[in-house]
Amino acid sequence: MLNYVSKRILIGILTLLAASIVVFIVLEIVPGDPARLMLGMNATEDAVQALQQQMGLDQPLLIRYFSWIGGLLVGDFGKSYTYSVPVLNLITERIAVSLPLALISLFLSTIIAIPVGLFSASRRGTMTDSGTMAIAQVGVAIPNFWFALLLVYVFAVSLRLVPAGGFPGWNAGVWAGLKSLILPSIALGLPQAAILARVTRSALLDVLGEDYIRTARAKGLTRRKVLYRHALRNALIPVLTILGLQFAFLLAGTIIIENVFYLPGLGRLVFQAITQRDLIVVEGVVMLLVATVILVNLLVDLSYALVDPRLRGRS
Amino acid sequence: MNRVWKSALAASALVLLSATASFAAKTDLVLGVVLEPPHLDPTAGAATAIGEIVYANVFEGLTRINAKGEVLPALAESWTISEDGKLYTFKLHKDVKFHDGTAFDAQDVKFSLDRARDEKSTNPQKPLFASIDTVEIVDPLTVKVTLKQPNGDFLYNMGWAAAVIVAPESADTNKEKPVGTGPFKVDNWAKGSQIVISKNPAYWGTPVALDKATFRIIPDPAAATAALLAGDVQAFPVFPSYEAVPQFQADPRFKVVIGTTEGETVLGMNNKKPPFDNLKVRQAIAHAIDRKTLIDGALFGLGTPIGSFFPPHHPAYIDLTGESAYDPALSKKLLAEAGHPDGFKTTLKLPPPVYARRGGEIIAAELREIGIEAEIIPVEWAQWLEQVFKGKDYDMTIVSHTEPNDLNIFARDNYYFNYDSPAFREVIKQIEATSDTTTRTGLYQQAQKILAADVPAAFLFQLPKTGIWDAKVEGLWENGPIPANDLTAVKWAE
Repeated sequence: MLNYVSKRILIGILTLLAASIVVFIVLEIVPGDPARLMLGMNATEDAVQALQQQMGLDQPLLIRYFSWIGGLLVGDFGKSYTYSVPVLNLITERIAVSLPLALISLFLSTIIAIPVGLFSASRRGTMTDSGTMAIAQVGVAIPNFWFALLLVYVFAVSLRLVPAGGFPGWNAGVWAGLKSLILPSIALGLPQAAILARVTRSALLDVLGEDYIRTARAKGLTRRKVLYRHALRNALIPVLTILGLQFAFLLAGTIIIENVFYLPGLGRLVFQAITQRDLIVVEGVVMLLVATVILVNLLVDLSYALVDPRLRGRS
Repeated sequence: MNRVWKSALAASALVLLSATASFAAKTDLVLGVVLEPPHLDPTAGAATAIGEIVYANVFEGLTRINAKGEVLPALAESWTISEDGKLYTFKLHKDVKFHDGTAFDAQDVKFSLDRARDEKSTNPQKPLFASIDTVEIVDPLTVKVTLKQPNGDFLYNMGWAAAVIVAPESADTNKEKPVGTGPFKVDNWAKGSQIVISKNPAYWGTPVALDKATFRIIPDPAAATAALLAGDVQAFPVFPSYEAVPQFQADPRFKVVIGTTEGETVLGMNNKKPPFDNLKVRQAIAHAIDRKTLIDGALFGLGTPIGSFFPPHHPAYIDLTGESAYDPALSKKLLAEAGHPDGFKTTLKLPPPVYARRGGEIIAAELREIGIEAEIIPVEWAQWLEQVFKGKDYDMTIVSHTEPNDLNIFARDNYYFNYDSPAFREVIKQIEATSDTTTRTGLYQQAQKILAADVPAAFLFQLPKTGIWDAKVEGLWENGPIPANDLTAVKWAE
């Protein structure tokens, strides 16, 4: 087990290194100069050059790469070209929004999806099953920005129960912060729940067809007991895999929802940094996301062993 | 039972009364802005988003531009100009303090002007300071500025956001912690979310009515609409969605103001690249564009057509739209005369703003009518600046030139239009050396006519400023002579 984990960590580090090279090169090729963008159309050539020098953009590519990587190793993500503050500060401010949002959405989607999946699977082939799955299909198909706008018009514009968007900061109080995350997490969580419910249902149905389920029934367990004790545990593996993928998506793939609710999250930071050619910020966030995905995948793999004792002895 | 009802009524009446009382005393305002500034130092970045937060609110210059685009005294309470127009003597206000408590005096003025024109300067508007020869301190409240040659725009130039006065102690940290002399100071900037400014109690001039103003960053047009409707923001001085305007016009809770800006929007053409080096081709393109269709389609009818590169609200403006009136038959004839009877293939590079993307599609369709196939290439701003503006690697592009007083871009060397007219350069040189209004008006009109005749670009429309705010908010600028949200006169109606 320990051997397995250390091997995975080594692969993770190599992946990070490869990602750093790819990200750096890709961003170098993209046309556009942050200094020129900052100074605009009336800037003189010498002013642009002076700013490039200030930003350190006049250094050769290799030197910049190694000083960036060297910084990362000691936890220094560099300084943003546009904001001129440490990249790490920018990222931590944004994580304070994106991480709670991702976790709440994930929680919402899980507590809705698993019961719905169970319910549907246990009534396979009935009207309730097809009805529930039809609703889930609609949930998968609805674009989440449209759903988000609908939520805003009902709960913020008409009922005025919650703000239409924005994030007051955790300094304004935990409740104020949570309140502004309610609609976004519903908008993000429900479509995810729809996907997860369908996965849970089909995973359960697969398991329910196995021989050991028949054996369990034969030895006299009730349908319900079989479903909870034998089927659900075994069906959790594909569910966990999807959950892991969803978490990575929820952390930074939520730019559209962040725009609809004008939340200062990671997705918008990356988007803004790309348009302003604040490459060092883009690089920093991408590295962080790659690291997160690697870590989440590792955790998901380890959790397989938790739900399935057969996997513990292996590797 | 009756008694209970009566007391309940009385209580609710009291609540209502106190509610209206607190309403009357309202001294805070939440404004929506589309773009977040990269930082808050107007002397180090060109983004209009910087000026929209700090101009007149946080930072002040020697002079300032008001809502009508006129030059007013600011930190300089008065000035004299020598006979030859080269020596400006500024008398400064006394007892002015920066937000960090340090005193403002002539030294700060000299520091700011010298810093802006220094070799190592990263001021985005360095040309504004090019005419300055020396800056001398006479006494703590008097500064003498000597120019290399007379400059009729000098006082106006000193009113730009890039010419504000900063202190040596805080100049390097203004990006993050702006320290100015203005009536508001910056309290807090939650990146990606909002910027909060509050009243500066030690302000030297007329105190402002607002205690606090919050600029909330809302990039998405649908979100901007929802935020206004939900009351989360009470003013959107530059509202991003033209199509939502009628909805607000019909709603008595809001005031909708369609004002003017300095944004002359043009279809730029690469004047040195064939076939655009041929005047007839450029004329043909200009005559192929129906400005009314364009404005209706791209701006929902809210822009003003222009026939040259000059804002319609300026006193020296002349309407030259007739020079390039919509006439596709004439366009075809001109194309044939230029040797392209069947038209040609070309490209149209479009930056992100909605006026360019939507306008570009309409123009491409109109050009197709006369045989010109323009392939649309969408680009980001960074790409546009690199390829079109710096590299001149383009055929046609659409962009709005939003800086005030920028007629002279057509006289610049190596500017992206690749337009080169000695006659035009000469007129601009004369304008810069003249301060007499009547003479200047004549010269401005002459310059407009040269551009309308030479068609270095097809002149499309003046960009509107669509402001929407709570009907009880007073004092916001209706027009946008410079990018600013000047809150010095803003208050809630009683």
